[in-house]
Amino acid sequence: MKEEKIELIKDGKRLSGRGFEELRPIKIEVGVLKRADGSCYFELGDNKAIAAVYGPREMHPRHFQNAKRAVVKYRYNMAPFSVDDRKRPGPDRRSQEISKVSREALDPVILRELYPKTAIEVYVEVLQSDAGTRTAGINAASVALADAGIPMRDLVSSVAIGKIDGEVVLDLDAKEDNYGEADMPIAMIARTNRITLLQMDGRLKKEEFERGLKLAMNGCRKIYELQRAALVEKYSKSGNEE
Amino acid sequence: MGQEVIEDIRKDYVYDLIEEGKRADGRGFLDFRDIIVERDLIKKADGSARVQIGDTVVLVGVKVEPGEPFPDTPNKGILMTNAELVPLASPEFESGPPNEDSIELARVVDRGIRGSETIDLEKLCIEEGEKVWMVFIDIHTLDNDGNLVDAAALGAITSLFNVGIPYEQYGLTGEDTLHIRDTPVAVTVAEIGGNLLVDPNVYEESAAASKLTVISNADGSISGLQKRGSNGLTEEKIVRMTEIGIEKAREIREKYLPKI
Repeated sequence: MKEEKIELIKDGKRLSGRGFEELRPIKIEVGVLKRADGSCYFELGDNKAIAAVYGPREMHPRHFQNAKRAVVKYRYNMAPFSVDDRKRPGPDRRSQEISKVSREALDPVILRELYPKTAIEVYVEVLQSDAGTRTAGINAASVALADAGIPMRDLVSSVAIGKIDGEVVLDLDAKEDNYGEADMPIAMIARTNRITLLQMDGRLKKEEFERGLKLAMNGCRKIYELQRAALVEKYSKSGNEE
Repeated sequence: MGQEVIEDIRKDYVYDLIEEGKRADGRGFLDFRDIIVERDLIKKADGSARVQIGDTVVLVGVKVEPGEPFPDTPNKGILMTNAELVPLASPEFESGPPNEDSIELARVVDRGIRGSETIDLEKLCIEEGEKVWMVFIDIHTLDNDGNLVDAAALGAITSLFNVGIPYEQYGLTGEDTLHIRDTPVAVTVAEIGGNLLVDPNVYEESAAASKLTVISNADGSISGLQKRGSNGLTEEKIVRMTEIGIEKAREIREKYLPKI
């Protein structure tokens, strides 16, 4: 987080004109890739992420197999051109950590016990980044898993809250993230209200944290409706064709 | 396969005990194991600490060196935190490049120190845009009996106190120490069968559905959170876990860390 002060809230509005509890515009497309078993394109403001799912298929190398359940592999990757300063291609420490917590965010909804010894592979590519890419990736991955026909208990929805100019707000954009005081992404199973990802960077008072958690959970519920609608739209259409 | 069976038996044992309100080592759910903190054991480091929590042992060293600032923060020093899960510390650790567990460990410890702005990075500027002090925190695990994060975080903040900036060593003039402005303390709370307990040992860790590491500061604010493990947590559990985290951190801070 950078020090130089810039005003992020003017006359009770954020620089983008959004209210404190307002998400950026979201666009979801299901089944956008031909070769993948399931896929999803997800836009959140200026973030563009695409997720592909392959599997369940044989796990290689075999010593990574689990005799009782499928192993989920999750790879979060940023395209070199997705950020202002070119990102060196390949996994860095940040993307490895994101891959781990994103996998743990999706694990609980996948009926992994149905496919022992297999791998379910989730590949997320961030094509354009504007803060919130891990949440966009999880939202895309969750829909892509459903599109691949992987048995799931529910979808996982994800969004961040943050603190800017002393206010707790929903869904930070890059400017707000850079100059803000805190950033807290969460992921949630909307039907059971279970939090499957929780991270926090920066500094929050305890009350701010508790308020932010509620705000983020509400944001996840809104995203969940959009994810569902996108899946219903695709599959109600394809049903008519048959 | 044999390993997996033994693992499952252990998990069931830990789980069943906790269901009865007990822990294998006789602790209460909100008791840490004994903590031992020793400082300045490594002469060659600019700061160091050995932290032992039960049988978990972590050695943390701090090195300060001049280097080039990042282009977007030309007037600020650099903080880098690294962790090595060396094979000496556990039969599960393998040598090789950092894996996701060591990266997560380092990044969670880093997050607490960075988020609390414990180090005044602007004071570490030597020449704007050209030269700044880089502070390296290196976490070396020596024995893993669980809860490496809390041990590493306590080792990191302890080793940052009384770090002299090595002007002379690098042919620079000046005399200063690192200015420490806060005391972030990490407390990991595990959920096992709906019960919450702090400072899980290695068997409890494998039985835990989820863990939440809460890093809190001297004023009770939170400067880092990380949920780990493949299970969901309810809002009520999370709020309770942060309360426990903040409270236990206060106790640890009073006992083992200097006042700010």
